[in-house]
Amino acid sequence: MIRIFRTLGRGIFWQVLALSLLLAALVVLSSGLGYLRISFSDVLRIVLAKLPGLDFLLDGVNSLFPVVITDVRLPRILTAAAVGAGLALSGVVFQGILLNPLADPYTLGVSAGAALGASFALWLNIGIWGIWSVPLFAFIGSGLTLMAVIYLASSSAGLSSSNLILSGIIVSAILSAGVSFIKYMVDEQVSVIIFWLMGSFGSKTWADVWLTLGTLTAGLGICGYFSREMNVMALGSRTAASLGVDTQKVRLILLITASLVSAVCVSVSGIIGFVGLLVPHIMRTLTGPDNQRLILVSIFAGAILLLGADTLTRAVLPHEIPIGVLTALTGGPFFCYIYRKKQTGGIHDD
Amino acid sequence: MTIETDQVCFGYGRHPAVSDVSLKLKSGVFYGILGPNGCGKTTLVDLLIRHRTPGAGVISYQGKPLAKYSRKQIARRFALVPQQYSVNFPFTSRQVVMMGRYPHLGRFAFPDREDHRQVDEIMAQTGTREFENRFVSELSGGERQRVIFARALVQDTPVLILDEATSNLDIAHAISLFSLAFRRVTDEGKTVIAVMQDINLAALFCQYLILMKNGRVVRHGPCDQVLTESTIQSVFEVKAKVYEDTYANARQVVFNRSSHVP
Repeated sequence: MIRIFRTLGRGIFWQVLALSLLLAALVVLSSGLGYLRISFSDVLRIVLAKLPGLDFLLDGVNSLFPVVITDVRLPRILTAAAVGAGLALSGVVFQGILLNPLADPYTLGVSAGAALGASFALWLNIGIWGIWSVPLFAFIGSGLTLMAVIYLASSSAGLSSSNLILSGIIVSAILSAGVSFIKYMVDEQVSVIIFWLMGSFGSKTWADVWLTLGTLTAGLGICGYFSREMNVMALGSRTAASLGVDTQKVRLILLITASLVSAVCVSVSGIIGFVGLLVPHIMRTLTGPDNQRLILVSIFAGAILLLGADTLTRAVLPHEIPIGVLTALTGGPFFCYIYRKKQTGGIHDD
Repeated sequence: MTIETDQVCFGYGRHPAVSDVSLKLKSGVFYGILGPNGCGKTTLVDLLIRHRTPGAGVISYQGKPLAKYSRKQIARRFALVPQQYSVNFPFTSRQVVMMGRYPHLGRFAFPDREDHRQVDEIMAQTGTREFENRFVSELSGGERQRVIFARALVQDTPVLILDEATSNLDIAHAISLFSLAFRRVTDEGKTVIAVMQDINLAALFCQYLILMKNGRVVRHGPCDQVLTESTIQSVFEVKAKVYEDTYANARQVVFNRSSHVP
């Protein structure tokens, strides 16, 4: 492990250390914040008491607090962090394999597919799988969309990145019309669909935590495994092939992995924009374009950003704003700012 | 080292790009592939590095079909310097050159001291050391092409393929890069296969010429036998004068304004 950090560059060790400490601090901080304020020492005691043999730490803590922390706040906090990390990871991968710094889970229509799937489930009031129905349909929707986009984009010469982006935009447009159609068809339930589309981490359970964390870990493993290939592929597919990279295979594997990760994220939390776009973009100015470092740093930064935003809307703002609206309202203009700065030569990213 | 192509054919859809190419290439020779636009030169290169697989026929390296090699094994034998080049992300020149070591690295291994030494040495030879920490995306076309050339040399392969590698470079840079490649042929017995547009530059460096037209090899042989007025007229459809130039110490070709044969 130490060797990995040494060869990746001295900076990366401190960057990852700082970001993980920041994330841990933010988890503790946000666990204490909310309608019911809980002191940080109590939060730490409640968390540590989960370890075997440390139950005595709970002595003197209000008996309501452990329930609030472990059953209500932590699932939401950890889901938000895992979704942020997942969206950032898929953003890094989409930007890396499509060779486009503006690519993210939306560019390929993955999010639009999930939105249509979820709207469909909400419209028909499908509940045979209980609370899993909406995530499942969102997941199916994004999977089918991904297949359609890959089918549209593939030619005898393989999958070119510009074809993928164009196909993604076309399919997204069709799917958005589908969502509008469903919104028009349902009458009274339209608010449920709209609320889901705006994204939220309210009422998340440990099942959501394990689903997103598991997907994130698997996705991180696969993307980390191919991160060096992603670097070489930045030289163009012909050069990458001459360097011994099976570009077709790697691109397909990474595309599917990143899409599945973002599909799970969207299915759990609804549509949350700009995290997958913004985080890799900012982190690239910190670490450079080397995907091996970028992936590591981005997942932490994504987790911190989304957890911070969720805590802000949950505990700090007087009224809870849907998280998707918050990230779009703040991330959008910020993205415009860096994009403009890039045009005028402030940031070298092209 | 021998590369053999045996009746190799390849087509895009129904349109044949390379037909019936049978060649035998040896080590220690600087080969030039010449021919008009769209004659299948680049496709032939793609077949050699197995970026594409032949529709018919076999390409073998050391008597073993290319299909039997893994991609990384091929990348340890063939290096490619392509023509146009864009790097979409701000990698530094050194990072790009280091990518040439990729086929030699194990999955979880990182570049060691020897890899760094080779990168240092080749960046010094190609004159890219002075901008090793600058972003490739900020370099001029000529500087970037030298970085790409260094990247291919670092790959340290017995065969180096230059696919119109110098067409964006000024004459000084073109000659310096070809000389570097030429030295590897004469000193280290490597093989260079250069796809070229400039016939006179080809005549300066190539010992053996392969002339292609409409996907077929029309003529091939030592430069001073193949480079004739009649061959140039039949391949490029231009009239030309071919003469031995004492300054160039090679055959050279000159044209005139009405050279084109309609």
